[in-house]
Amino acid sequence: MNLMMLLEMAATAMGDRVAVGPSGSGITCDDLMGRAAGLAGRLRASRSERLLLCGEPGAILPVSLFGAAWGGAAYVPVNYRLPDDDLRALAERASPALAVADSDGAARLAGVDGLEIVEQDSLLADPSGGAEAADPGDWPADPDATAVLLYTSGTSGPPKAAVLRHRHLVSYVFSTVEFASAGPDEAHIMAVPPYHVASVAAQLSQVYSGRRIVPLAKFDPEAWIDLVRDQDVTHVMLVPTMLARIVDALDRRGEKLEAVRFVSYGGGKSHRAVVERALDVFPAAGFSHAYGLTETSSTVCVMGPDDHRRWAASDDPAERARLSSAGRPLPGVEVSVRGRDGTTAGTGTAGEIWVRGEQVAGEYADGGSQLDEDGWFCTRDSGHLDEAGYLWVHGRNDDIIIRGGENMSPGEIEDALLTHPAVVDAAAFGVPSREWGEEVAVCVVARSPAPTADDLRELVRARLRSSRVPARVEFVDDLPYNDTGKLLRRELRSRHASDPGSQVD
Amino acid sequence: MVELRPGARFQSTVCATEVIVVKGTGSAELTCGGEPMVPAGSAERAGEPSADASDGTLLGKRYGDGDETVEVLCTKAGAGSLALAGVAMAVKVTKPLPASD
Repeated sequence: MNLMMLLEMAATAMGDRVAVGPSGSGITCDDLMGRAAGLAGRLRASRSERLLLCGEPGAILPVSLFGAAWGGAAYVPVNYRLPDDDLRALAERASPALAVADSDGAARLAGVDGLEIVEQDSLLADPSGGAEAADPGDWPADPDATAVLLYTSGTSGPPKAAVLRHRHLVSYVFSTVEFASAGPDEAHIMAVPPYHVASVAAQLSQVYSGRRIVPLAKFDPEAWIDLVRDQDVTHVMLVPTMLARIVDALDRRGEKLEAVRFVSYGGGKSHRAVVERALDVFPAAGFSHAYGLTETSSTVCVMGPDDHRRWAASDDPAERARLSSAGRPLPGVEVSVRGRDGTTAGTGTAGEIWVRGEQVAGEYADGGSQLDEDGWFCTRDSGHLDEAGYLWVHGRNDDIIIRGGENMSPGEIEDALLTHPAVVDAAAFGVPSREWGEEVAVCVVARSPAPTADDLRELVRARLRSSRVPARVEFVDDLPYNDTGKLLRRELRSRHASDPGSQVD
Repeated sequence: MVELRPGARFQSTVCATEVIVVKGTGSAELTCGGEPMVPAGSAERAGEPSADASDGTLLGKRYGDGDETVEVLCTKAGAGSLALAGVAMAVKVTKPLPASD
């Protein structure tokens, strides 16, 4: 089993279809096969077992991903937004490797031991670099070979290299995507950075379904909107921070994107208020909310368009609240919520989220497999399953606030705060308390006329319970996010914990 | 008989058909063109599909048995048709999942 099976099928059935780039002049599936064969030959000639990619979204992505798979090398996209020292340290960990980089990346990686650097424009123009292209169909068949190494952007600690093997990614695509199901006019805008698992999953899914990929190198809401219009984009995928900025920009411009048929979002906590506004500015789109992790080959749970419409239209507040859930498990994926003692938590009871399935890799390059003996992977996210089988993700275990022995979800408190019309963004986290162990603190971004701290406390008291009422309310200009859109509550927590003035008694 | 498990790949011995198992485990009598299928890459093609098993396979289509315990996906199309324990496998029409990425 090899990722190349997916491209080979696409090229057999849809060889003339553009896989990536503009509709008139992009790279077709047949052309992508040819370039992947060339790159595979180059990788073999240089005996490279890894292809390190340091560059923004572009046609180089699928050429590198499939070329690496064909050549028996792991595809290793790295975060080019890291400071020089961190980027070079990561490249050293990944070497020896063939490094494919834009001109900026090539300069920053120069001199790292064990790297053979090639600029992406030259690789696109001449994939084989003088080596003999690989023969048709001669990609390695070992399903356990490493397909992709991703340095997780985690919200804590140094990056870990998650290992995704060919069988995990191929299973994911075969169980979730219908082959050649995209119409010839469909196009997907790719704005998530290449080192995010969603980029890998999206490349495979688009190629296999026959949907043209329109890459956007640098994300900016205005450029994104313009490209969607210019390239007749029909399908979009975003992390929540991008979605929020796009909705704001469309509001400012007084525009709606009527031609978009599908909006998928995930990869971080999304706020219901943003989703409800998005439903308005993408009036013709079906919405999908996906929950997944790098270690699970991306999506494991999804809430699709039917659910969105149904819950958004419901008069029952409990049903309407389901818009904040992560939906239900994909076919072939099992989800279980367990208490600290390992026993299955009952419906509605919070615990740790565990997942199992063919696509679940749960492995790190340095730490080995993290699956238990029955194949279950602990996500380290906290959540609960409701009576209809919908998964609610509360946040990272580390972010859960434990006040007087009661576990509280920061997301629940943030959602309550965001129902205030002047609250733009909110973060809840625990701060040390002598009396309670931890006490709730919130940082709030508000627009004028801003509410008072007591207004917000009253709001939380009315919507939730008095134990959730924040002891400390701070108004801030913005909140810290990492570059894939994950809220860094840890930073707020440590800032407040190290400030004696913020001790809550 | 072949051992089914998700991810296992099989080829026809009488046409170009190749499949991958999406669902199902255990021993099964999986045939294509009337002849037993074998692990992919393990045999050369010889002969032709039998006349009563030559409707062909379609690339990218899922084939299932009647009681939905087994599902295979066609990764290479061929002239033979698939059967499980002597019963023709039918193309499964599934409600497409919402695209999640």
